[in-house]
Amino acid sequence: MTRINFILLALLALCATGLVTSQHQARKLFTQLEKEQERARQLDIEWGQLQLEQSTWAMHGRVERVARQALHMGIPDPRRTQIVEPGAAAKAEQSAGAKP
Amino acid sequence: MKFATSPVLELRLPTWRSRVVLALFCLAFVGLGARAVWLQSVNKDFLQQKGESRYSRVIEISANRGKITDRNGEVLAISTPVKSVWAIPGDAQPSSAQITRLAALLEVPPQDIRKKLGDTGRDFVYLKRQVPPEAAEKINELQLAGVFQSREYRRYYPAGEGMAHMLGFTGVDESGQEGIELAFQQQLAGKAGSRRVIKDRRGQIVEDMESIKAAQEGRNVTLALDAKIQSLAFAQLKAAIEQHKAKAGGIIVLDIRSGEVLALANMPTYNPNNRARLTGAQLRNRALTDSFEPGSTLKPFTIAIALETGKVRPETIIQTAPGTLTIGPATIRDAHAEGALTVEQVIQKSSNVGAAKIALSMSAESMAGMFANAGFGAMPQTGFPGEVSGRVRPFKTWRPIEQATMSYGHGISVSLIQLARSYSIFARDGELVPLSMTRVEGPVTAKPVISAQTARQVRHMLELAVQPGGTAPRAQIMGYRIGGKTGTAHKLENGAYAATKYVASFVGFAPVSDPRLVIAVMIDEPSAGQYYGGQVAAPVFANVMAGALRRLEIPQDAPMKPIELPADGQEVRESL
Repeated sequence: MTRINFILLALLALCATGLVTSQHQARKLFTQLEKEQERARQLDIEWGQLQLEQSTWAMHGRVERVARQALHMGIPDPRRTQIVEPGAAAKAEQSAGAKP
Repeated sequence: MKFATSPVLELRLPTWRSRVVLALFCLAFVGLGARAVWLQSVNKDFLQQKGESRYSRVIEISANRGKITDRNGEVLAISTPVKSVWAIPGDAQPSSAQITRLAALLEVPPQDIRKKLGDTGRDFVYLKRQVPPEAAEKINELQLAGVFQSREYRRYYPAGEGMAHMLGFTGVDESGQEGIELAFQQQLAGKAGSRRVIKDRRGQIVEDMESIKAAQEGRNVTLALDAKIQSLAFAQLKAAIEQHKAKAGGIIVLDIRSGEVLALANMPTYNPNNRARLTGAQLRNRALTDSFEPGSTLKPFTIAIALETGKVRPETIIQTAPGTLTIGPATIRDAHAEGALTVEQVIQKSSNVGAAKIALSMSAESMAGMFANAGFGAMPQTGFPGEVSGRVRPFKTWRPIEQATMSYGHGISVSLIQLARSYSIFARDGELVPLSMTRVEGPVTAKPVISAQTARQVRHMLELAVQPGGTAPRAQIMGYRIGGKTGTAHKLENGAYAATKYVASFVGFAPVSDPRLVIAVMIDEPSAGQYYGGQVAAPVFANVMAGALRRLEIPQDAPMKPIELPADGQEVRESL
């Protein structure tokens, strides 16, 4: 009888330790999860700031100014523009291919 | 001495003494039991609560305000965290050098900070809100006692002044105050939530207990706006305002297939990121909140209803000689006496007498019906704050002279957005399209107003108006057929028409073979000499339309021929 009691006591102690350990593990993991979530929030904020920066740099007014002043670009003169109808390129290729 | 022989053992004590001790012990146990019952059942809730407060914390879950993007996903308004710097005046006693340094970082005068910190009766005072993160970091390094920071959000508008009126802005507490920010406040605003957690002694969260209120992130709003067209429209409007020394102006670009507002800009404007010095004039979204007498841009509606009711045909001759028409005490004048004109030419040359004569052949009711169907005198239903309905007086009170002047857009007031929308009737084969500020998916149902045939006839007349011989040759674009109508009107001031103050406007659409866009331009008080709609507003239309058509990759419907412009002084002047 006493022996069974001792075995049970040992078993109980083991279970209790297990419980404490797993609870501790759970909390550690949870802390880690919280940290990762916080990191995700930070990254989200950073993404927002980067989007803002991208938008600011890519504003059309600025792009146009750089294109015109620094790169000396311009809209091609319509008189020097040739309009290509959809499918015209394929036709041109066909006719070119048909020639010997 | 041995224990067994101890005389103490011989002592005989009275029995009551042991009884008393026993009773006392029993009493003590009863006391303990009662205390246990008290703590564990009666007082349990209070104690548990106290215990929990030692380790559990309610923390707030912040929610972001939604982004505003253009139709292609380009970010137009976004919230990002900043710091607010606050102090407890009683605890904060920085040295003079520290105050100077702090003031420099906060970009406020040092006296302000001294004054705020001098008010020791208060427990809390904001030194500055919405401080950029870098400056906040440096303030942190100063390590001032009694000065704290907390996180808040600030809204940024990368497009700046170009979209200020469209987007509006938010206050420091992130609630919309103008424009889209106000109109879509419900959708954009996030709702902060909270949850209860267990924290360990290092302040780390170790367990989630319950969610008290779920946080709701603000939803994003996708506008119909096209950032490129908007930027082009704003730049062109600004240039025209400066060139013609005008007081104000507005431009609207509509996609008439979907009713989407692709661009909307006003001058004067402001920078939404820095609203330190704002005036009411800068804030006004004129295209929606101001109504004006449109002038000749309303003539096509008079002609349309006359065609629709069968009063005239496009080739009907209207005698406009001698260029004046007297109705009662008032006289209507044309800029140039033209003689006999066809209905088409009345639009092309913008003859007031012609339009008035056509109007007088119709009933006031049918004209009023046309104006109502075109959306004049009614809210444009954009959902935008502050939009106006304009003013059309009830037709029963119209006198003949009023009916005549209304035919060419006087004695009636409309907003620019109403004007732009109303032209969808001609551009869309007779249907008035509902407007939308947000991106529209799928087809829209437009309200039929006039027959497709009438719409095509008017479209043809409007095409004539922009060709040489019309009032707005400067509205032409190489490679596209366009149609449109100029408007020039004296401004109403204190109930009378100001002799030298004008509103120049132009409304047009392109390409005529299959209309896609309507652009309306309004320039208020051009004062650099030129003031006709064809000179001031039409070039803005042409530049923006050309850019927008290229941007939307709409195929050309006209040969690439250089545009013929009449020599200076040879232009057809429209009547005022």
